[in-house]
Amino acid sequence: MTTRYFGKRIKRNEDPRLLTGRSLFVDDVDLPGMLHAAFVRSPYAHARIINIDVSQALKREGVVAVYIADDLGDYWKPGPLLVSPPPIADTVFNEKTQVPLAKDKVKFSGEPIVMVVAESRYIAEDALADIYVDYEPFSAVVDMEKALEEDSPLIHEDLGTNIAARVVQKKGDYESIKPDAALIIKRRFSYEHGCAAAMENRGVVAEWDRRSGRLTVWDTTQAPVVIRNGLADLLGLSERQVRVIAPFIGGGFGPKIMMFYQEEVLVPWVAIQLDRPVKWIEDRAENFVATTHERGQIHDAEAAFDKDGRILGVHDVFLHDTGAYDPYGLTVPLNSQANVLGLYDIKNYHSEFTAVFTNKTIVTPYRGAGRQHGVFVIERLLDLAAKELKIDRTEIRRRNFIPPDKFPYNNEIIYQDFVPLIYDSGNYEPLLDDALEKIDYHHFIKEIQPKLRAEGKHVGIGIVAYVEGTGIGPYEGAKVQVMSSGRVSVVTGVGTQGQGHFTSFAQIAAEQLGVPVDKIDVVTGDTDQFYWGAGTFASRGAVVAGNAIYEAARDVRKKILQVASEHFNAPEDELELFDGQIRVADVPRMSISLGELAKKANPTRGAVKPGTQPGLEATNYFGPERGATSSGIHAMIIEVDPETLQIHIQKYLVVHDCGKVINPLILDGQIHGGVAQGIGNAFYERLVYDDDGQLLNGTFMDYHLPSALDVPRIETAHGETVSPLNAMGVKGAGEAGAIPVGPLFAQALEDALHNVDLEILEIPLNSNRLWEIINDANNKGK
Amino acid sequence: MTRLRSVAITVNNQEYKREVEPRMLLSDFLRHELGLTGTHVGCEHGVCGACSILFDGESARSCLMFAVQADGHAIRTVEGLSADEDHLHPIQQAFWEAHGLQCGFCTPGILMSLIPFLEKNLDPTEEEIRHALSGNLCRCTGYQHIVDAVKLAAERMR
Ligand code: FES
Ligand code: FES
Repeated sequence: MTTRYFGKRIKRNEDPRLLTGRSLFVDDVDLPGMLHAAFVRSPYAHARIINIDVSQALKREGVVAVYIADDLGDYWKPGPLLVSPPPIADTVFNEKTQVPLAKDKVKFSGEPIVMVVAESRYIAEDALADIYVDYEPFSAVVDMEKALEEDSPLIHEDLGTNIAARVVQKKGDYESIKPDAALIIKRRFSYEHGCAAAMENRGVVAEWDRRSGRLTVWDTTQAPVVIRNGLADLLGLSERQVRVIAPFIGGGFGPKIMMFYQEEVLVPWVAIQLDRPVKWIEDRAENFVATTHERGQIHDAEAAFDKDGRILGVHDVFLHDTGAYDPYGLTVPLNSQANVLGLYDIKNYHSEFTAVFTNKTIVTPYRGAGRQHGVFVIERLLDLAAKELKIDRTEIRRRNFIPPDKFPYNNEIIYQDFVPLIYDSGNYEPLLDDALEKIDYHHFIKEIQPKLRAEGKHVGIGIVAYVEGTGIGPYEGAKVQVMSSGRVSVVTGVGTQGQGHFTSFAQIAAEQLGVPVDKIDVVTGDTDQFYWGAGTFASRGAVVAGNAIYEAARDVRKKILQVASEHFNAPEDELELFDGQIRVADVPRMSISLGELAKKANPTRGAVKPGTQPGLEATNYFGPERGATSSGIHAMIIEVDPETLQIHIQKYLVVHDCGKVINPLILDGQIHGGVAQGIGNAFYERLVYDDDGQLLNGTFMDYHLPSALDVPRIETAHGETVSPLNAMGVKGAGEAGAIPVGPLFAQALEDALHNVDLEILEIPLNSNRLWEIINDANNKGK
Repeated sequence: MTRLRSVAITVNNQEYKREVEPRMLLSDFLRHELGLTGTHVGCEHGVCGACSILFDGESARSCLMFAVQADGHAIRTVEGLSADEDHLHPIQQAFWEAHGLQCGFCTPGILMSLIPFLEKNLDPTEEEIRHALSGNLCRCTGYQHIVDAVKLAAERMR
């Protein structure tokens, strides 16, 4: 069959509704009699709660109810552990999950303590000021290294330690190869990652229908099915009594999946208690402290090289800040651990990490999910080695790439999906070659750069590489159905937050059924429409849900052929699907629309053959044995003003391989957005905490998201190494743009500021920080 | 309870009379009193631009104004840009074709900032477009396709 829809730059089905302001976001839900919730949050990072007085709030006109932890009775319990620790020998994991409302003690600033429910949001917020909470503040645990000292205050006293987890993984034997090394590079790297700051804050609306015994919840979640199951369990309802709808979501990027947020658990409960719909919408100030972050790691890493720059082994010991609780298990540090291996053939690897509790907002994955921390370490080690060995930085990478004939390549460590990290396929050198050509690397360093330097300009080039583990299990499912109108319905359990699923999923079905993309209606994120699923995370929508749709659409295609073959009394191989019709090839009058055929497949009188299933529909599932590994190169030319240390990105290039591409337009958009977030992380965004655990920059005035002036034009190019793990050959791409931007900045800035003996070992930077680093370097030189 | 004030505000050519608390934000008024939920709020402190509307023809942030300040004024929101989904404004059409939106949450505010910009300049450079966009945050697109969409719209509207 020739491709008509798959792989095409098709504009999106969902856009007209979004562009005209007619799509439903959670805050747009408006129900008769709806109440509004607001929360008293701890102003302290670490304190004992001595007393809570809500009496004044209860007197305020319009306040309906006020709850503290003790009012929740049996409903008060720690949230579920979302990701259990991996099956790695000797792993230490101390499970501490968040509670609905803090009792006795608060563990991070922003933790909810009291819930107020009132007739309007204005009244609910007024009532917050009526509530008096007496605290006994404790010193806060902010710094990871201090948290591990003997005399550090403890966040979870019963543990007797602030250690959340410890994991050691090994491949080969690093110590044994050390004596053979021509060069050992050893440094301390620190990498902070900010917050997702999706433009839409979180929100939950819940409605309890007493007569039908059904609960409906609109939730800004990336995992509606999981929320449905969890809420049913918590509330003692059957899953069939709970419907969770994730409508249009204004950006997710990870934190919207940290399911069983306190508010997510409380709002449905209170709607049942009060028998009235209840809405809670987070504001931006809350988002900065209450929605999960991703955060810092400190790596003490070393790598051993032979004289030609080949990596003999890597040894890395790191600390990971998990915040006050660890409901998301070890996904983030496991990703970091895996990504230190990058796209390199590293035979000996020793990695151990300690996850540390601190009095800060909970850490869960945010686009990249710890991958960038690992990529930073290996890419920087390679840069430093290249410098010492006087090898070109791109050459040292080339020498270490896993060769194409070594796939599938087993890294021999356990990944975040609990199976060994095996790269399915890849071919890295052509990506590098393409990038070198497109950014004109050799010409730039040999001719352009020296000329610019002679003119006193500080222009540097950077080029780094990365892999992205995507499309992991467990599974997703989909139902594809030809409606009697001839339109096709595609329903899946994942949520969607702007990735274009309404279109890319439609393209997959269109390809199988010969129906135009705009005649395919995709439904995501409504648990009444599709029962099963896991959620949108780890760049898995297109891979896992996409392949489920592919399988289901193929089944429908078979069914269409079978029914039509009977209808026309013609063999199946003489039939063709075209533009919503099925016809006997070469006999134009023997044609029927799929809608008509669907009606025929659902007779309402008469008898059918035994075993007949009505309609033209099928449900199928896809669960990959393991994830598919994308890869790529980012390259950049950057100019730095030596006086102000302001930057100007002159050129930005991404060469990327995510297997077969469903819609290149959407893919480019994903990459652009990822790079923008990566640039934010590398140079603009830093969550600043003081020693008391207070976030100092929790507004958009102080936490700088890149604007249209900060993000350059991004050129993209694509390689295509298909994944052997799924029928469509696709790999995920959601995080590729964001992962390697930190080391790219570090390398390019060092190059631009070549006159300073500079080593950039940390991210994020900004002009001020860069100035400090340069000063330190200059002082050391004296 | 605070005393309510009467306001008469023209939104998308239709006059609405309501009694509101003086402290009610214009963004809340549009969204929750009038049900015009196309105008979004992303920060409620004037930085993200998601809540942008036209206030007497000029782009303004509805989260930084009270509804009472709009009394007697004319407002245009994204719902007033086109009759329905089949008859898009050239800017909307260009955003569609150039993939200028992903989650679409920032989009109404961006459209409403661009309307007066394009009214003044139908031949903008990339630099000028980026300046015009710099008051609106988008976390999804990296802006490039938005810039392309603005160029396309300008071309078509010339
Ligand atoms: S909501 Fe008004 S500027 Fe952000
Ligand atoms: S499209 Fe999502 S914030 Fe702009």
